[in-house]
Amino acid sequence: MTRADGSWSRLGHGAAGLGGLLLLMEAVPRLGLVDERFLPPASRILATLAGELATPGLWIALGQTMRGWAAGLALAFGAAVVTGVVIGVVPGLRALTSSTVEFLRPIPSVALVPLATLLFGPSLGSTLMLVVYAAFWQVLIQVLYGVAAVDPVASDTARSYGLSAWSRIRRLVWPTALPYVMTGLRLAAAVAFILAVTAELVIGSPGLGAQIQVAQSSGAVPTVYALIVLAGLVGIAVNAAVRLLERRVLAWHPAVRSEVPA
Amino acid sequence: MSATGPPGDARPATAAGDVRVRGAGAAGDARPGGGVRVRVLGAVRRVVCLVALPALLVLLWWAVSGSSFYLPGPAAVGRAFAETWFSARLLDDVLPSVGRLLAGYALAALLGVGLGVPIGSSPRLRATLEPVLEFFRAVPPPVLVPLIMLLAGIDTPMKVLVIVSGCVWPILLNTVEGVRALDEVLADTCRMYGISGMSRLRWFVLRGASPQIMTGLRQALSIGIILMVISEMFASSSGLGFTIVLFQRQFQIAEMWSGILLLGLLGLGLSLLFRRLERWVLAWYHGSGAARA
Repeated sequence: MTRADGSWSRLGHGAAGLGGLLLLMEAVPRLGLVDERFLPPASRILATLAGELATPGLWIALGQTMRGWAAGLALAFGAAVVTGVVIGVVPGLRALTSSTVEFLRPIPSVALVPLATLLFGPSLGSTLMLVVYAAFWQVLIQVLYGVAAVDPVASDTARSYGLSAWSRIRRLVWPTALPYVMTGLRLAAAVAFILAVTAELVIGSPGLGAQIQVAQSSGAVPTVYALIVLAGLVGIAVNAAVRLLERRVLAWHPAVRSEVPA
Repeated sequence: MSATGPPGDARPATAAGDVRVRGAGAAGDARPGGGVRVRVLGAVRRVVCLVALPALLVLLWWAVSGSSFYLPGPAAVGRAFAETWFSARLLDDVLPSVGRLLAGYALAALLGVGLGVPIGSSPRLRATLEPVLEFFRAVPPPVLVPLIMLLAGIDTPMKVLVIVSGCVWPILLNTVEGVRALDEVLADTCRMYGISGMSRLRWFVLRGASPQIMTGLRQALSIGIILMVISEMFASSSGLGFTIVLFQRQFQIAEMWSGILLLGLLGLGLSLLFRRLERWVLAWYHGSGAARA
């Protein structure tokens, strides 16, 4: 079986799975198992989504969400990689900072919702605050894991060969940590999207989440569903983009090279 | 030549490396013959490491506070913390929130692992369900809150359901991934030795997938806390999330900060518990050096 065949049959299976879900979503309300007011049939949800996609307002909201997501993720990623490498490489710093990191990291970023509301109100600032806080720790922790995973023998070798600190970082620490960094980026991208939408939903910053909130409070149930489906599709796009990036960046890594499509 | 396990070839070296990786905090008690003095010195150093930076940060906080209405000093927040949370609120708001979180999390773990193992073991099932699962995972869980409110009302079942609906996907997908990536050589070995059924599940499938499962559980825990708070911010008259937003709306700034602090402590406590669990479950894995692959 060639590779193309395999991916086609995979695609077929996947399509069957999605088709099954749509059928189920269509059948359950039509058969009256769940009240149509609470779960509109799939066809109506998709029609509503198509109708919404024709309005410019939705695209503006989507753009606002993505702007908050991208800006927050970029800020958090840059800050976390620099912080993580410094903490990981400078001896003693890891022990000194670990209690602080361990305390700050698990603080759920939604705990900052009231603070963001007070400081920024319903605006991009609130979104950024939540997104950056949530994404930063995801990346930082992975960078720290990655730096700690450097083979001690290789590290000692590099040291005894007299490699400078900078070239140790560049040639030993960074390649070792890169898979972890990319994992961190992937996790952070997903969390950042969740938090971007959450900020809009709870605080009311403009964007997709705010639209869902409006639709819900005005009782437009099919619109709520349609927007949730859209949020899911955007989430998939976000994941796919980061995975593609990960694959590209790690093309040399054995874990990626040995992965044969089933 | 196998491309799967490059680091597995140097057991003694990696065992030493493991001590070093974890060494930051735990090096002191690894040596039984070190004598009392070394141990005391080690303990002192650990304590200094533990408190130095936090102390510095609190000092900094104390120095800059007062310049802004939104940032009360550490003393005010501390007082508010004691007054607010060591009261009836602990029983009325905090414990029910935590209970819902744990209930939802446990349900999600059962569901995720229970469904993940069969899906991961069958390539066909996996190919069929993967797009659907990826879709559900990609939906940001908080957007489901308005929906689940519609379906399940605003009581405890809604909140637990919200937590389950968000936590289950990372666990499920990581279990699928872990089961999929099980070592083929070990799978063949199992077959050769006729290990099947429950013992295969327990000793090979769940064991082999446990690093991934734990990753999923860790991701789910933070999502669970987020959802616990959010579900209470929406439509509720009790709970941690509700209380904190209430303080914010009434401009009780010190109380609000104390709530943020409490959420942080809660997150910290849960993640410490989780780390214990992880270390216990994955002791074999960290010891083998496979953790680096």
